Amino acid sequence: MADNVLHVEHITMQFGGVVAVNDLTLDVDQGEIVALIGPNGAGKTTAFNCVTGVYEPTNGLVSFRGQPIIQNHPQGKMRAQYAGEHGDLYKTAMVKTPDQITRLGIARTFQNIRLFGNLTVFENVLIAKHMRAKQNVLSATFRLNYREEERMRREAMELLEIQGMAHLRDETASSLPYGLQRRVEIARALATDPTLLLLDEPAAGMNPQETQELTEFIVRIKDQYHLSVFMIEHHMDLVMQISQRIYVLDFGKLIAQGTPREVQNDPEVIKAYLGVADNA
Amino acid sequence: MKKMKRETILPAALVLALFAGLFILERVLPASSTLFVVLKKGAIYALVAASMNLLNGFTGLFSLGQAGFMLIGAYTYAVFTIPAEMKPVVYQYYDHAIGFTLPVPVAILLAGVMAALFAALIGLPVLKLKSDYLAIATLGFAEIIRAVIQYDKLGPITNGSNMLKSYPKFSSVLFPFTVAGVCIAIILLLINSSYGRVFKAIRDDEIAAEAMGVNLFRHKELAFAISSFFAGISGALLAMFQSTVQASAFKSSMTYEILLIVVIGGIGSISGSVIASFLFVACSEWWLRFLDTEMFIGSFQVPFLRSGFRMVVFSVVIMVMVLFYRKGIMGDRELFQKRRDNKAKGVR
Repeated sequence: MADNVLHVEHITMQFGGVVAVNDLTLDVDQGEIVALIGPNGAGKTTAFNCVTGVYEPTNGLVSFRGQPIIQNHPQGKMRAQYAGEHGDLYKTAMVKTPDQITRLGIARTFQNIRLFGNLTVFENVLIAKHMRAKQNVLSATFRLNYREEERMRREAMELLEIQGMAHLRDETASSLPYGLQRRVEIARALATDPTLLLLDEPAAGMNPQETQELTEFIVRIKDQYHLSVFMIEHHMDLVMQISQRIYVLDFGKLIAQGTPREVQNDPEVIKAYLGVADNA
Repeated sequence: MKKMKRETILPAALVLALFAGLFILERVLPASSTLFVVLKKGAIYALVAASMNLLNGFTGLFSLGQAGFMLIGAYTYAVFTIPAEMKPVVYQYYDHAIGFTLPVPVAILLAGVMAALFAALIGLPVLKLKSDYLAIATLGFAEIIRAVIQYDKLGPITNGSNMLKSYPKFSSVLFPFTVAGVCIAIILLLINSSYGRVFKAIRDDEIAAEAMGVNLFRHKELAFAISSFFAGISGALLAMFQSTVQASAFKSSMTYEILLIVVIGGIGSISGSVIASFLFVACSEWWLRFLDTEMFIGSFQVPFLRSGFRMVVFSVVIMVMVLFYRKGIMGDRELFQKRRDNKAKGVR
């Protein structure tokens, strides 16, 4: 098997009495496109937020390239309330903020696009370069970092050129059509030099043609930047076409996993998506 | 390249012309002219308004602590520059504790550093708060610091609730213009740097900024401290301008005046803040003074005109501004800035 990039183990996220994600275990290997699907409210985005540090999972472990990055177990009041499994498996707690996760090489996009609306496309991409620039506030203010600044600008511009968005550089991000905003958001995520790209419903609100373009786009950037892609998506055409493996989540529980073909024929999945006829 | 040159040469020439004009003006007009009061105070308010805009307009942190940080700056400057021979006179009720005197430029810098230091400390708990809560917390801080400085036990340093005086002042308009000018230039440089971009990103979308690897807390703390640094310097200038300092003068109404300037100038525009501060000071110190004095035409007393009416007019102005003219004088653009195309503007 190829190198493991993301390993999620027994992740449970409980809000009060509600278990949003229950004992989720999954893997993403180098160069793979893996999809996470499931009906609305299944806990897909919550799972994403646990991996990217937005939420602190109640229990479980996340490792990135073999290194544990997030780990937790039920603590305090949650210990009595905990309704998930494996509550006594992990002893240490390890928390990371979203910016630390990004620094490690996990970039993400959002379900509802979150561009910096008042800034230009170029500035949006440029901000992603800030994180790895060697500078401090004094050197930046007095332009002693001009070499770094030049490098950041050059790299951001190159990225826009490769993605065919150079002509959009001075457009205000919020003025772009929806499909382009999605592409800019992905370009911005690429600018953080990630190893793993998390896409949260990249094709939401797109028509079939735009979806097809996006599908090709995702495969292309995956090869160009040697990425692994982990995505949440509802468009089954897109998912079935490009994912190597699919995980299906329903009510927080993993109900199926496997190749697109396996998942498509799984009776549990069909039941979750279509409901089952009541033959009573 | 050509365009960039035009964008730098034009403002530079204007600044030079401004200073030359001021230099000539000082030799032509009598020193007691109201114009100089307006210019001096206007420059000081321009600096503090720009510093507030850096925080409120560019980083999206709604803070109302500006008067508190000016107070710290003003007191730091005054305490460290009162000459040794004047100390017994100024501190007549206390044994003065600070035995040395600092040169003026050092004291002005120290005023900024002190304000930044306090900001950094306060920022630790306060910057975790969002919007309105942050405003309340910073406003509370400004009130507390005003009370603390008047605390009797601090008398040997702050002179309790008595005023500080006899420290070095400035006489020429050029002094506040130079100091404020340099500081505002630094603010502009910062805003157009990589850090300025990150501040704007935080303003537009905190969650996305964090997902781009921006350490939110560190950058908010940075913006807060830098803004307070310049507020501290403007406090020192204000102390020099007023020639006496008393903590009770730095009320929250001062913060509101500055906020008014920022809103009128345009939230997110430094040049707007500068223009608005001169307009505001000119109105309050000069053009609208007549609103506060009772006026008789023959034996007929003009209604409403009495002490305090000026503030009523100001209140109406800010209401009208917020209702009908929310973008202020400059919106979020700067003078001499290349305009973005209208297509992009329209959709926004």
